[in-house]
This record gives sequence, C-alpha cells and structure tokens, in this order.
Amino acid sequence: MSKLVYLVPLFPLIGFLINGLGRKSLSKSAIGVIGSGAILASFVTSLVLFFEVKNHGAIPVQQLFTFIDVQTLKIAFAFQVDQLSSLFLLIITGIGFLIHLYSTAYMNNEEPQHYGRYFAYLNLFVFSMLLLVLGANYVIMFIGWEGVGLCSYLLIGYWFKNDSYNYAAKKAFVMNRIGDLGFLLAIFWIIVRLGTVEYGGVDGVFANAAAKLSSFDVTLITILLFVGAMGKSAQIPLYTWLPDAMAGPTPVSALIHAATMVTAGIYMIARSNVLYSMSHIAMNLVAIIGLVTALFAATIAIKQNDIKKVLAYSTVSQLGYMFLGLGVGAYTGSVFHVMTHAFFKALLFLGAGSVIHAMHHEQDIRNMGGLKKKLPITHITFLLGCLAIAGIPPFSGFFSKDEILAAAYAHSPIYWGVGVATAGLTAFYMFRLYATTFLGTFRGTHDQEHHLHESPAAMTVPLIILAALSVLGGFIGVPEILGGHHELHHFLAPVLTTEKHHEIEHGTEFMLMGVSVALAAIAIAVAILKYSKKPELQDATGFGKLLANKWYIDELYDMVVVKPLNAIAVFFKNIIEKSGIDGLVNGVGKFVNYSSRQLRLLQSGQVNAYVLMMVLSIVVMLLIWLQEGVIFRVFAKLFY
Amino acid sequence: MPIQYYIYLALALFSIGVIGVLVRKNAIIVFMCIELMLNAVNLLLVAFSKMHHGVAFAIDKASTVGIDGQLFVFFIMVVAAAEVSVGLAIIVMMYRNTHSVDVNFLNRLKN
Repeated sequence: MSKLVYLVPLFPLIGFLINGLGRKSLSKSAIGVIGSGAILASFVTSLVLFFEVKNHGAIPVQQLFTFIDVQTLKIAFAFQVDQLSSLFLLIITGIGFLIHLYSTAYMNNEEPQHYGRYFAYLNLFVFSMLLLVLGANYVIMFIGWEGVGLCSYLLIGYWFKNDSYNYAAKKAFVMNRIGDLGFLLAIFWIIVRLGTVEYGGVDGVFANAAAKLSSFDVTLITILLFVGAMGKSAQIPLYTWLPDAMAGPTPVSALIHAATMVTAGIYMIARSNVLYSMSHIAMNLVAIIGLVTALFAATIAIKQNDIKKVLAYSTVSQLGYMFLGLGVGAYTGSVFHVMTHAFFKALLFLGAGSVIHAMHHEQDIRNMGGLKKKLPITHITFLLGCLAIAGIPPFSGFFSKDEILAAAYAHSPIYWGVGVATAGLTAFYMFRLYATTFLGTFRGTHDQEHHLHESPAAMTVPLIILAALSVLGGFIGVPEILGGHHELHHFLAPVLTTEKHHEIEHGTEFMLMGVSVALAAIAIAVAILKYSKKPELQDATGFGKLLANKWYIDELYDMVVVKPLNAIAVFFKNIIEKSGIDGLVNGVGKFVNYSSRQLRLLQSGQVNAYVLMMVLSIVVMLLIWLQEGVIFRVFAKLFY
Repeated sequence: MPIQYYIYLALALFSIGVIGVLVRKNAIIVFMCIELMLNAVNLLLVAFSKMHHGVAFAIDKASTVGIDGQLFVFFIMVVAAAEVSVGLAIIVMMYRNTHSVDVNFLNRLKN
C-alpha cells in the first residue's frame, strides 16, 4: 500500500515527459488523453491513499533516497502522507483532473505543438504541487514550491507572443521570488538551530521546537515562513501579481491561481502549526495581514469590469480569509476553506472560461448581459458558485467561512466585524458580476450574439461536478451546533493538534451566523436589483475610480520600487559600467598605447642619440654605483 | 710623477672622444674619436700598471705584479688595429654607395 505513494507524483511526471517531448509528433487527442489520464491515475491513487489514511491513520514516511548529506545534516528525499497531505492530494488531483478535462475543449483551437506544451506545463505543475504537499521535510516542500512558481510563470506567459502577458509572467515570478527568499531563510534558520528539516518523528522540527528554539527563533522562523506564504498566496504586500496572472489561459487561472498553487501558503502554515502556535506575534501578524488583505481585495473587486479580474481579487480576498483563520488558530477552518474555496472558485473560473469561450474571448462584463438563456448550464453552475462563495447556507462556503468567522470572534470581535463586512462585500461583488453577466439584456455586438453557444460536454461536465461539490462539500464540516459532527475536524485532529478551542456560547454563535447570512442576503439582493436592469457601463468616478484603479497600488509599487530600481540600473549602466569599469579597461589600453607611442620616439634612428643615451645611462649607473654600491646590494638581494 | 696627471689626461681624452662621437656627423671623425677613447683607456691601463709594478719592483726585482695591465694594452692595440681595418673598409663601402660619410645619412633604414 505504501508503495503507492510514489505513484501519485510519478503519473503527472510521466505525462509531462511524454507530452513535453512528443508535443510535435503526438496528435491533439492523444495529448489530451495522456495529460488528463495521468492526473486521473494520480487521483485514483490519491483516493486509495486517502481511505488508507482515513481507516488506518497516517502512512509512515517513505524515503526514496538521501538528497543532501553534509556532515551531520542529512536531508532525505522523502514523502509523507498524513491526514493533511492526503486531503490536499485529493483536492489537487481531483480538481486538477476536472480542469485538465475542461482544458481539452477550452484549448482546442491551439495548434498541436502548443497544445502539447500547455498540457506538459499543466502536468509539470501538478507534479510540483504534489511534491510540495507530499514532501516530508521543508526542503522537498521548497522544491515543489519553486516548481509551482516556475509552472505558474510558464503558464501565465503561455501566449508568449503578447508582451503584456510576458510582463505579467515576469511580475508573478519576481514577486514569488521575494517571498521564496523568506522561505529559504526560514529553512536555513531551522537548519542552523535544529540541524534537521524533517517535520515529524522524534528528531523532527516539531518535536524539538519547544525544547531547542528560543521564542525569538520561533518568531523569526514563522515570520520568514509567512513571508514565503505572502508571495505564493498573494497577500499584502505581495499580492499584485495574482490579478495580473489572469493573462494565462482561464483553466490555468482556475487550477493554479485559484484552487491549488495559491493555497500552498495555507498548507505551509497549517503544516507548521506547531511552530506558529508557539509565537503570538507571528499569529497576530498572520491574522492581521489576512484580514486587511481580505477587506482590501474585496473593495477592489467591487469596481473591476474584467470577469477574470473580479474573480482574481475575490481569490486574494478569500486567501486573506484563510490566513485570518490560521492567525486566530482555526487551522481546520482554514484547511476546510481551502477545500471549499477550491471547489467554488475553480467552478467560477471555469464558468467564466465558458462565458469567455462563448463570447469569443471577450472578458469585459459590460459587453455581456443576458447570457442566462444562451448558456443555461454555465448560468446555473455559476449561480451555485456565487451562492457558495457568498456564504448562503447550506452551500459549502457558508460552513467554512462561518467556522473562520466564529474563531475570529472568539479571538477578537473586531476581527469578526471586519470579516463579516468582507463577507458582505464578497456577496455584493459576486452578484454584481453575476447580474451584469447573466441577467438583463445582451450588450455585445450582433456578431457575438449570433455566435453565442453553450460549451461542449468536456467543459460543462466539470462545471456540473464542481457545482455539486460546491453545494455539498460543506457537509463534511457541519459544526456541532447545527447538529453535525464536523468530520473534517476529527479527521485532521492528529495533524493539527495544537488548535485552540475557543468556546463560544451557542446563542452567540447562532447570532453570528445569522448576522453574516443576513448581511450576505441583503448584499445579494441589493446587487441584483442594482445591476440586473442598469449595469454600470460608464467608467467609475470619485471613490469608485480609486477602487477601479486598485487603490493605485501598482502605480505606487512602480514609483517606490520599480522606478528607483530602474534609475539605479541606469546609473550603474551609464556611470559605473561605462565610465568606471569600461573606463578602467579602456584606460589601461589607452595608457599602454600612449606610452608606447611616446617610447617609440626614442628609437629615432639617429646614432648620435643612441650613443648619447648610452653615455648618459652609463653615467647614471656609475653615479648610483658610487652611492655605496647600491646596485651591488640590489643584485645581492635579488640573487641570494 | 703623480698618477693624477695621467688620470686627468685620460679623462680629457676620453671626454673629447665621447663628445666627438656625440656631436660629429662625419664617420671618419667619429671613428677617430672612438680611437681616442680606446687610447685614453690604454693610457690609464699603462699608468696604473706602472704604478703597481713600481711599488712591487722596489721590494723584489723579480716581481711581475701589475705588468698584466701593460699586456692588456697590447691586446687592445691589436684588436683596435683589426677594428680600424674593418671600420675603414665599411666607411669606404659606404662612401662608394652613397658618396657621403655622414653617419645620419644611413638612417633611412628606419622606415
């Protein structure tokens, strides 16, 4: 049974190699079958492993080989399947498979060679993500971490002929690298202090953290790890790459920039929960950053008109929620939200992809409207996704969001207040998007209207499955006050043992739920009434303009970071490089040239001049010799 | 007679030779100046040799100390004679080819 662990990442790797190497010779259908089949095989294996873990507990660490062996430091290339990673395996391979399936239809207009490249990248991404989740130590996680960053870069810039897409890809990569540096430093610090990077076991990081690490060490490590999570999971201040990452194909946005990769930060912190629980400073930092990001991104999403940008900011906002959950100690709640968010956000992105497909790559919602009748399946599934993210019971988002909000309330009512306000905003902008896109009348060109069509089955089937998951997914985590057992909580309990249990009275909890649901319902009603008949077609003004321009954060970064860096680069190029280094090199050449030209004049061909020089030299030498035999002493020093 | 007089004379001859080599352009004059320098050295050799030999001779009539300097002078004179013949031959050839004995005339080899 334990041998199966290797197979999970092996299938996508093989798929990547076949599709990557054979992209010019394989037919499109073969590429699609191999790409999706690899992930399906991986998913089936993950299911087997999941039930193994569920019934018999965590599978022992599987060591493949020793990866690094330097003196006392030994880092094994080892896989670990416990409750947390088996859950992530299911999310990654399950949703990954649906998105691969969807991609076979969505990307069908691509040339075979690029089609193969697309699936190769996608498989490589899944492989890296599985490595990240399966790794039994921080170094393996880091390898996967870098791998997903690379794939994200490659897929954002998939249409590499468009310069702005390449720019977005580079932006994502650089932003992620900033975070990765934090992660790397954290790993180094752990190695220096503990001499190991294994998670579990008697020699592992978690077992020894309390005994061997000072509170300063713990705080530093956790904050550095969180910097890594900020980059990967798009939190303030490193979030700006995620909205730009929408340059990639829509299924990529669904898989990488909504469902899986961006939740790597959550996984990492949940995995390190032992360390985080030891540092109040880091926990508070995580909670505050998460909360601010959630609110901030939600405000921006209200005024975006690009269907994918709204979803992107919504993703940033929901990730903020998850970090809030982590920060207040609701690790299970966060992981739960990762799962439900993966369902409904993948659904929403794929629904958006279906709309974009039908609209012939039109992404501006102001040119849509009234798509309800033309795209019935997309419409229904999208609506379900919106309801799920808005937190309407009994859809999945309600349970996970509510769990986080309850934990936030127990921590501080202010956190709860901001969280609920964000939930209201979320419901509002999602239904603004829904109403503008699907309700009202069609506002696009006549040509587009003529070509409107429901997407093929390869696209609608994943939508339906994801919609079902979005609706039902929450029931594995029904809280006790609603008569449930919270199976997820019990399942994850062995890994997330340090979770704090804040007891809130049942009356209060019902009240909190009621407030958030009521607020969401009001926001939905307002949004539908406001935007179904009269969507805002003009550019926003006043405060709305500030939101539409994303609080000018990109411009701010441009001014504070990019421009000064460019200025420094120009300075180095023009002054240091050209005048300094080039000047030095050229100066040596010029000096030799000049001095040799001057010395050449001595060889005039005038015999008299030669003789004069000879005589003068002899006279000088004699004079020196007379000075107490200086020459003799010089030679004596040279030869003895 | 004190040795200094010989040294001054040799110095004067040598300096005249050097200056002649430096400033004159006529190859024959330059040649003569070289001979002058050689002979200044010869004069010195003989003078010092005689000085050393005189001291040793007063002690021991059979002493040969210092006479090697005089022997060297003969060598130098022989070599100089050979050199003169070669040098004059060159000058003659030079005159035949260029109708000039100017030492600077031949620096056209430079380019």
